[in-house]
Amino acid sequence: MAKGDPGGTTRSRRAAPRSKKGATGDPELVQLLTPDGERIESHTSPDGTEYRVDFTDEEYRGLYRDLVLVRKLDAEATALQRQGELGLWASLLGQEAAQVGSGRALRTQDMAFPTYREHGVLYCRGIDPIMPLGLFRGVDQGGWDPNEFKFNMYTIVIGAQTLHATGYAMGITMDGKTGTDDGEAAIAYFGDGATSQGDVNEAFVWASVFNAPLVFFCQNNQYAISEPLERQTRVPLYQRAAGFGFPGVRVDGNDVLASYAVTRTALDNARHGQGPSLIEAYTYRMGAHTTSDDPTRYRIASEVEAWQAKDPITRVKAFLEKQQIADADFFAEVDEQARRESVHLRERVLDMPNPEPVTMFDHVYPNGSPLLDEQRAQFTRYMESFEGSAH
Amino acid sequence: MSRIKTFNLPDLGEGLTEGEILAWLVKVGDTIELNQPIVEVETAKAAVEIPAKWAGQVQAIFHPEGTTVEVGSPIIAIDTDPGAGPLEAPSTTATASDDLPTPSAASLAAVEVAPAEGMVEPGLIGGPAPGGRTAVLVGYGPRTTAAKRRPRKGAVPAQAAAAPAPAAPAPQPVVAPVTAPARNGQAATAAGGLVLAKPPVRKLAKDLGVDLSTLTGSGPLGSITREDVQQAASGASAVAVAEPIATVAAPSFGADREQRIPVKGVRKLTAENMSRSAFTAPHVTEFLTVDVTRAMKALDRLRGRREWRDVRVSPLLLVAKAVLLAVQRHPMINSTWAGDEIVVKEYVNLGIAAATERGLIVPNIKDAGRLSLRELADSLTDLVQTAKSGRTSPAAMSGGTLTITNVGVFGVDTGTPILPPGESAILAFGAVREMPWVHKGKVKVRQVTTLGLSFDHRIIDGELGSKFLRDIGDFLADPEAALLAWT
Repeated sequence: MAKGDPGGTTRSRRAAPRSKKGATGDPELVQLLTPDGERIESHTSPDGTEYRVDFTDEEYRGLYRDLVLVRKLDAEATALQRQGELGLWASLLGQEAAQVGSGRALRTQDMAFPTYREHGVLYCRGIDPIMPLGLFRGVDQGGWDPNEFKFNMYTIVIGAQTLHATGYAMGITMDGKTGTDDGEAAIAYFGDGATSQGDVNEAFVWASVFNAPLVFFCQNNQYAISEPLERQTRVPLYQRAAGFGFPGVRVDGNDVLASYAVTRTALDNARHGQGPSLIEAYTYRMGAHTTSDDPTRYRIASEVEAWQAKDPITRVKAFLEKQQIADADFFAEVDEQARRESVHLRERVLDMPNPEPVTMFDHVYPNGSPLLDEQRAQFTRYMESFEGSAH
Repeated sequence: MSRIKTFNLPDLGEGLTEGEILAWLVKVGDTIELNQPIVEVETAKAAVEIPAKWAGQVQAIFHPEGTTVEVGSPIIAIDTDPGAGPLEAPSTTATASDDLPTPSAASLAAVEVAPAEGMVEPGLIGGPAPGGRTAVLVGYGPRTTAAKRRPRKGAVPAQAAAAPAPAAPAPQPVVAPVTAPARNGQAATAAGGLVLAKPPVRKLAKDLGVDLSTLTGSGPLGSITREDVQQAASGASAVAVAEPIATVAAPSFGADREQRIPVKGVRKLTAENMSRSAFTAPHVTEFLTVDVTRAMKALDRLRGRREWRDVRVSPLLLVAKAVLLAVQRHPMINSTWAGDEIVVKEYVNLGIAAATERGLIVPNIKDAGRLSLRELADSLTDLVQTAKSGRTSPAAMSGGTLTITNVGVFGVDTGTPILPPGESAILAFGAVREMPWVHKGKVKVRQVTTLGLSFDHRIIDGELGSKFLRDIGDFLADPEAALLAWT
């Protein structure tokens, strides 16, 4: 994806009157690309915000490439887990558009706080996709530098990262880094299940009252492990924002263009000092919650099929073909690249060295500590007390 | 590295110890691609397809469908370079993991076990857990690491795992040797007067209506375990008939040449029920000896029918049918004495007394009167198998209205069964024996059995009881004619 700002317009929103339509449970859904690949020029929300994107052909093709690669690498990781090479894997299958759309909408200075499923966002941040595999293989803690890539470590605790993001965003304000076109913003990723957590609600309160430059990006994939959405909420999730005093919008999370547009708009509002907003990316987790889960035990096949028809990649491909933005050669080339990169990923995972147990002391403090040194020495002696140890 | 690689069943779900092979999606000789689904495996958590770790040709499959395989054991061997000609002699190259489980199949002569390529040493993952499968919901569950633990330098082998190595240079933990006080159930309950049980066990007890304070715990510190509760619950609605079935193992006698067995669980509840019934309901027992030769032949013909080929058919099935038909003709038999009124039931929940490892239980077939003979047969089979495997639910043991006790399976002729509380009749079905019998004016060898019917004389007089027993006998003497006459 190109740099610069090809996409979203940034019309400042008015103080948002709640739409009656929304309140009666017929949620507004921002969509710029239908499941059939039909392009919708723009979408105007009841609050007057207009969402549109204007990508070059090259950028459209870039989005397609992102989606395919992210899916393929994810599938490879799932296979590696089944083959005993990873302890666990949380697949993003079905959520590629929400992640690539929002991930590409981030600007270099924006900080992202992911869950453990944001492999697509991680990819868009320019982090080597091998990184999370070390974490799930149990050989390192993740491995990337959150400050360098502006992408925090994966957070396993459900919803905790929304508080981290809120604090970070409040820090942006305190540093005086909002209010201009080059201002900074933060984005917190979480799922529909996390909205039931106290942490997330506290984050809403704090971000709201401190006007933090933060985008709450909720991927509503319909299931909190096995709990369906109707046991999380009685109102569409994006409407929760109104109660906390900031705007919320529901976007078609399987539409990469719309996901890009709403995220870009929300981030720009934040960086201009207009406070937080909530995006509910309405999507579906096509696979299991993690490799330890069996979704056939709690959802029916017809539901999965219905979502299959809304696949995020199929619609982009259909659009590219209809508009003659890409030809068969391009699609074949992307597939080949995905295959190559997944094989490469596999080889590198299999080559990952097992760390020495004593390395667990290495990253506790940046500059070590006397207590830690003592523990390390103790542990080393303990390890040497076994027969066959090299010492 | 060898061109033949074996794939070991991985831990598919964070701390599992085994998986069941549901279906092989490839067979020996198939050419497969990387990540092609090869086998469907079901674990305690999920049924998943495993993709091939290598491309190549399937060389061997080590476990048939339906087998349960321990995590870490080989399930398939793949020739990763099938185009390279025949296999060379067995390689003796030492591998990095010589303690990998070795395939036992002789056909594996040419297979070199692939070195552990993963980050985990195979012995670490789910080495066979003591007691087999362990339910693990989240996290890294029980896992035995002992198999892989290297001995401590200078440690006495037998104590290596338990005690800190005395000769080790490592600093000793400053912990005085602690002699664990002899703790047992009596100590705990006597000392505190508290009932020890974990919250899930308390919940289970509440659900099953078991009063924890009445139980003696068999767990650590005398705590009450899940098994204690289940045992109590299965006895709660159970009732005994005739002779109690001894479930006590070989007695171990003390110095006074007497053994004292605590009365608890199923035994305790059986005793309570029997005493209550024996001393509140005035029983009468009547006997009838019947020539069941025709019925046995009818059973054989039934077994010979194609549509009954897969059905388990026993004499008990005909007895059950006889009882159900006789109840239709004499509904008062199927009733309860409720103090100032008699409750007559239109439905028959037919109890079948079953001896299980845990003791006597009496599950019943709900609304058995509405079942066809085939459904009745299936229900009986299901009931018996469930009871034998110890999975009978409390619901299946409550609400019985009339019971059959099949004492014949113990080789005796009959008995005087005691009524299950709340029921008014119980039939003992004795052994079917070849006996000399007067048949059409001549003494012949016939198959004969004795029925014993106990009934509650408060409700049922001798006349009704006799008619009911007579009808059962008539049916068993000539089932075809009885069916034609009565239905």
